[in-house]
Amino acid sequence: MKEKPSKPIIKDPWENLKEFTNARIALGSTGNAIPLKEVLQFKFAYAHSKDAIATELDVVMLKTKIQSWDYPVWEVKSQVSDRSEYLKRPDLGRKLDAESEVLLKRNTGTFDIIFVLADGLSAGAVNRNALPLLQLLLPQLDGYSIGFVTATMARVALGDDIGSALNAKFVALLIGERPGLSSPESMGIYTTFAPKLGLTDERRNCISNIHSNGLSHQQAASLVGYLIRQSFAKKISGVDIKINLKELLED
Amino acid sequence: MPYTYTIQQKVYSFPDLKSVLAKASPFRTGDALAGLAAESNMERVAAQFVLSEIALKDFLNETLIPYEEDEVTRLIMDTHDAIAFQEISGFTVGDLRNWLLSHEVDSQKLTQIAKALTPEMVAAVSKLMRNQDLIAVAQKCEVVTQFRNTIGKKGHLSVRLQPNHPTDDLRGIAASIVDGLLYGSGDAVIGINPVTDSVDIVGDQLKMMDEIRQRFDIPTQICVLCHLTTSLELLNKAPMDLVFQSIGGTEKTNASFGIDLSMLKEAYDGALELNRGTLGNNLMYFETGQGSSLSANAHWGVDQQTCEARAYAVARHFNPLLVNSVVGFIGPEYLYDGKQITRAGLEDHFCGKLMGLPMGMDVCYTNHAEADQDDMDNLLTLLGVAGCNFIMGVPGSDDVMLNYQSTSFHDALYVRKVLNKRPAPEFETWLHNMGVLDDTGNRLAVEPSHRLLKNL
Repeated sequence: MKEKPSKPIIKDPWENLKEFTNARIALGSTGNAIPLKEVLQFKFAYAHSKDAIATELDVVMLKTKIQSWDYPVWEVKSQVSDRSEYLKRPDLGRKLDAESEVLLKRNTGTFDIIFVLADGLSAGAVNRNALPLLQLLLPQLDGYSIGFVTATMARVALGDDIGSALNAKFVALLIGERPGLSSPESMGIYTTFAPKLGLTDERRNCISNIHSNGLSHQQAASLVGYLIRQSFAKKISGVDIKINLKELLED
Repeated sequence: MPYTYTIQQKVYSFPDLKSVLAKASPFRTGDALAGLAAESNMERVAAQFVLSEIALKDFLNETLIPYEEDEVTRLIMDTHDAIAFQEISGFTVGDLRNWLLSHEVDSQKLTQIAKALTPEMVAAVSKLMRNQDLIAVAQKCEVVTQFRNTIGKKGHLSVRLQPNHPTDDLRGIAASIVDGLLYGSGDAVIGINPVTDSVDIVGDQLKMMDEIRQRFDIPTQICVLCHLTTSLELLNKAPMDLVFQSIGGTEKTNASFGIDLSMLKEAYDGALELNRGTLGNNLMYFETGQGSSLSANAHWGVDQQTCEARAYAVARHFNPLLVNSVVGFIGPEYLYDGKQITRAGLEDHFCGKLMGLPMGMDVCYTNHAEADQDDMDNLLTLLGVAGCNFIMGVPGSDDVMLNYQSTSFHDALYVRKVLNKRPAPEFETWLHNMGVLDDTGNRLAVEPSHRLLKNL
């Protein structure tokens, strides 16, 4: 009778250390290689991240819901024509296409706050996280006049173009972040007071890492509410507003 | 000075040296984004013909970025070794390529002429070289540096153990350090990228790592990759082996990183005074990467690979222990896919080595680039053949703090095995004594009672 070959995998006797980190430690080995089970886990996470980049903003769903809340909502896109160009030409992703610009300029108004829902590098993150977060945030914003924009093929700075076309006092842009293996559907929020073309990062505040294993909707909504109150009080955004994440979240 | 080249009655014109360099570059998205890339394959090859005939001397007469307006240009010009240059002063860029590949040019010769070469000359010749040329010449270079061990000797390949944690949790970082050490990594440096660049957090990380290093008597060095200003504050308050900084190839790029040459000098001098190295005094650790100057809007119309080579002039002024390009981290708008990342990685390694730097590489990609683990296996193997001094070691390739993929501890064992490379000699002896590797470089089975697993 043939003996079943022994398994070549050497286990690492420090799996208990995984308690302290989500890094891929104590994977074990076969020869010098990572055991297949772990290789496939990695590929699974990678596939999830790659697919997240290809997801599209669910504009119909987002608009329907926002309209049911009785806010105006417009649909715009950047000058980028497809996903491949999006990745190669960040400059075009920061500018509204002609039609979108005309649409917004026709609706220039007296908005205090414009929320932009933008696809970025993970539209799924926005489809999943934007509305639940807004439902927690909007009740804090009585007295502000508010409008919404959905934006596709968008980079962060497209918010400046949108804000200035609508003549808004403040823009908060909710956008899908670059997917990591452990956070494929992560949303970020960038806020700008007095948006105009050509602003750089130091004029924006950023809340990052909003996803199921990161910042919760409630935490993110409190932070955005805080940034809105600070920005309207000081009439500025960016590095001049100090935000102590740890203190705010522990409150 | 303007240049022209005629192919089949069509005249290709280039207004100056920097446009020849940009248009002669193998295609990459970053140069296209900057509007500097050749507009056709014919224009690219015309630029390469022109470049092959430009005399090396001309690079000393025509600066790409004005001497008066850029301190990196001043550093390059003021430290050029005119005596060593005599041997190659009659060469064109094309002659240099052929000479570098000839058998008469060996490791010693390459060391002699390193400071005769400006970064622009090195970038220029790389643009005329195929990948195998970049590998063949780099393999002839030997750049050895020392702090508590010896890095870069032929036949050796070291690893930076990169134990990052998404919230800077010290126990989480320590867990990854133990994992890496038990896989034979950590001889280049044990180096953390902190989430929060503050004096308190960085200081605590240094103390924790120094305690591990001393408790197990590990012949290596530790580093937190914080900003230079944080290091300056910590020089006398925490166990600081190496000083880290990201650098670029123009004064404006460095300004965007919040540094200049005088700050680098202050930190270098300060760290030298600490006298913590036991075998040598190479103590600076620099990271670079193509695209940083364009990203900072600080490129002066110079292509991204030439800007990168200029960063190496900054690095070599401070006798670093380690320099690596973070080649695939920057994203697809600069390096689109596995092909472009591979080419850039080989260029950066070649240019750094030719200029006399202890060049390593973060063989890496982000998820929005068209690249995967197979591309990284290819580049890792090519760089191993080229004699790369060190690579990164990240648990399972997945950096859970920076959200990108680099090489793993397992990858390091793979490349050492297939190319018959060994860790830094002092570290290799330690690995044997600790029962991590056997004499053939294979891992030994680790018992739960292993010293490194106790009392952490």
